[in-house]
Amino acid sequence: MNLGRVVGNVWAARKLEGFEGAKLMIVQPVDDGLRPKGTPLVAVDTVGAGPGEVVFYVTAREAVIAFKRDLDHLTPCDAAITGIVEQVNGEKL
Amino acid sequence: MILARVTGTVVATRKDPHLEGNRILIVDPLDLQGRTSGAPILALDRVDAGEGDEVLVNREGGGARILFGDDGIPVQAVVVAIVDRWQVSQTV
Repeated sequence: MNLGRVVGNVWAARKLEGFEGAKLMIVQPVDDGLRPKGTPLVAVDTVGAGPGEVVFYVTAREAVIAFKRDLDHLTPCDAAITGIVEQVNGEKL
Repeated sequence: MILARVTGTVVATRKDPHLEGNRILIVDPLDLQGRTSGAPILALDRVDAGEGDEVLVNREGGGARILFGDDGIPVQAVVVAIVDRWQVSQTV
């Protein structure tokens, strides 16, 4: 799992079946001091995160599982937000 | 997924048989200012994207193999959506 901050949204009408209803967020990966680290990515939100919030997300195969647990109809999603972070290293955000 | 812009196409007659019938696009990742990186990658097209389109690219082979229902397909990137609009509303 990785730490990141939600910095924006993406809207796409034409997308693969399975992505219908998916909320797509732009996430900037951050380090444990919440400084930007690496290049931004687009993740499917599964927890109701909003812009500005610090979140954790999973990538690769695990993102498919987090997004859709129906293992017979998996979606090719490679990043999913799986938690909203309230506290890092004892500090409240 | 990453945001990217379609900058071209690649045609290859001689290729892995699992790739038959798929369009191959050249896609260049975008930064948060919408600038291309200058380091494009190749991705299979599943949504009829065209040159100039902004797209979402799945860069994970496992997801791609789910999509094609073919465990033997050697693919690392697939275009999964055409982006209508994107917006950065926060800075880190």
